Amino acid sequence: MFSGLDFAVAGGEALAVTGRNGSGKTSLLRLVAGLLAPGGGSIAIEGGDAELTLPEQAHYLGHRDAQKPALSVMENLEFWRDFLGGEAADSADCLDRVGLAHALDLPAAYLSAGQRRRLALARLLAVRRPIWLLDEPTTALDASGQTMFAGLMRDHLDRGGLIIAATHGPLGIAASELRIGGAS
Amino acid sequence: MLIACRTGYHYKAHDHYQGAMKLIDTLTDLANPSRFLALTTRVLPWLAALTAVVLAIGLYQSALAPDDYQQGATVKIMFIHVPNAWLSMFVWGVMSIASLGTLVWRHPLADVAAKSAAPIGAAFTFLALVTGSLWGRPMWGTYWEWDARLTSVLILFLMYLGLIALWRAVEDPSRAARAAAVLTLVGALNLPIIKFSVDWWNTLHQPASVMRMGGPALDRAFLIPLLVMAIGFSLLFVTLHLAAMRNEILRRRVRSLQMMQASQTSEASQAGAVANDSMRDQGALKPTIGTA
Amino acid sequence: MTALGALIRRDIRIALRVGGGALIGVLFFLTVVVLMPFAVGPDLALLTRLGPAILWLGALLASLLTLDRLFMADHEDGSLDLILTSRTPLELTCAAKALAHWIAAGLPLVIATPALGLLLNLDMVATGAVALTLLAGTPALTFTGMIGAALAVTLHRGGLLLAVLVLPLSIPVLIFGVAASQAAITGPLTFGAPFSILCALSLVSFVIGPFAAAASLRHGLD
Repeated sequence: MFSGLDFAVAGGEALAVTGRNGSGKTSLLRLVAGLLAPGGGSIAIEGGDAELTLPEQAHYLGHRDAQKPALSVMENLEFWRDFLGGEAADSADCLDRVGLAHALDLPAAYLSAGQRRRLALARLLAVRRPIWLLDEPTTALDASGQTMFAGLMRDHLDRGGLIIAATHGPLGIAASELRIGGAS
Repeated sequence: MLIACRTGYHYKAHDHYQGAMKLIDTLTDLANPSRFLALTTRVLPWLAALTAVVLAIGLYQSALAPDDYQQGATVKIMFIHVPNAWLSMFVWGVMSIASLGTLVWRHPLADVAAKSAAPIGAAFTFLALVTGSLWGRPMWGTYWEWDARLTSVLILFLMYLGLIALWRAVEDPSRAARAAAVLTLVGALNLPIIKFSVDWWNTLHQPASVMRMGGPALDRAFLIPLLVMAIGFSLLFVTLHLAAMRNEILRRRVRSLQMMQASQTSEASQAGAVANDSMRDQGALKPTIGTA
Repeated sequence: MTALGALIRRDIRIALRVGGGALIGVLFFLTVVVLMPFAVGPDLALLTRLGPAILWLGALLASLLTLDRLFMADHEDGSLDLILTSRTPLELTCAAKALAHWIAAGLPLVIATPALGLLLNLDMVATGAVALTLLAGTPALTFTGMIGAALAVTLHRGGLLLAVLVLPLSIPVLIFGVAASQAAITGPLTFGAPFSILCALSLVSFVIGPFAAAASLRHGLD
């Protein structure tokens, strides 16, 4: 699908992966996340926790929100917080920061698409991981949601984290760009 | 004289017309959930009391009825078994009419009626099975016998449980309503076929069973308690059904309120617009926040 | 361990809340048992002799039914991606999901057995034997079935394909489960011998199931 890609991202930096639909942005992210095996080449991480692989130190936010409609908003978030392990934050606080404080005990089925995306974003806050791999994180969000998330991304970069995000439009933060597919 | 007669006739027709219009008005009024709730709040205590009285009379008469020469005192289980068996089929009939209400006439409370009737019908069917089993135990020596009548009731029980599972499988009650309505009507059409097949299956392998589960010869001593118990259980069904419908309406209101709460955003100005949208979508179920 | 505990709790919660809950499996079990007399005839003596077999077949089919959603639901909403890349070993995760599935779907079948035994006129000894063998054998059914469920996700097919794959693997469990029940009822074999083998089959499946399912999930997803 693509070849000859060569890039490096350091702590505190963000990389925006852009390209036409079908150019392979999602595949690239899944490659880095360890969900796809590369045909050739390598992905290496320097620094971080030597005991953990790259996927285990990354948050992968895909197209789908990884939520169960039958569980409440709080139950969904607390499950991922408990399951992903590691450094955890207060769930109610995370939900408040993404604007879902009013919906804590409601079934996730009652949320709109944008709200479900916010719940997925709350997962990034609930467990601290240095690498964020985001696949079109803000597409379903309204303007206020995008501003909110840009703020969250800036906080993450300030703490030394790094972000690789596939996106169609502007990310809302300063980022270097990797274009896949080119003009052909 | 002639003029007076014609005037009298004209008034009678007018009264009938008024009566019919009043009935239609009442049904339309009842379509409004709030008025239905108000009505049932007033009516239910009386219904419950009446049910208790009729059942008490029935039980007393059943206890007084003579023993059967063949079965002894156990024949009196019939006074509970037979009404429950009748009701298990009657409730499916009620659900079928409610299903027609959902599919054909789009009556707003039809699906509430159908959904709340299902567990009650299942309970009556289960009671019919249990009493039938206990009734047959002295005869058969076992707690169960695969005879035609009991087996048909067992199949009906399975159909009730399947219907309840269908209601619960879909989260949105109004979508579940249409699927359940179709299943109910299909079930109603199939029940005679199933009954006939099971009867035929039973005669294939066994001679007709000795005990007639339909009941012994209905002489007057048995008939009256049986009818009284039947009326009592029917009243029990009506009471329970109305109470269950109330609960279902209230449950849906809670759900609407929760959905409205979920759609709130931090901007207060949006909150009003969204709430109005949700209310419009709920149609007849206008949540009345702040009233009883 | 809290990760696995959270997963088990979540899966049980979902199983109890969605659709018919745990009771849909029991309803299917009941339906299969009720179907048998229509095929075999209403002769109660015959049905009693066939009792353990009927109950075992019903439990086998009922526990198989819900298995194909085991990983499919997580795959569809993207949870499986996160599970694959988490810090918990995938084998343990699969084992935890199978355990949660057994608690929510298999255990209710065992609990429903006495009531169904009544329909087939099984006496106390027979019903107890069947219930005990089901208790020992349904975990094996779930853990081996999990392999099929993992394959169903990677092959993007479910339903009958899963059943065809998994049923042959379940045959030993069925054989020894029914044999142990019959031994308790009639002899001449003692109950202990086939029952021990049944327990051994379950224990083996606790190991093979998670490893095979994890391997299948890892290599299959793309």
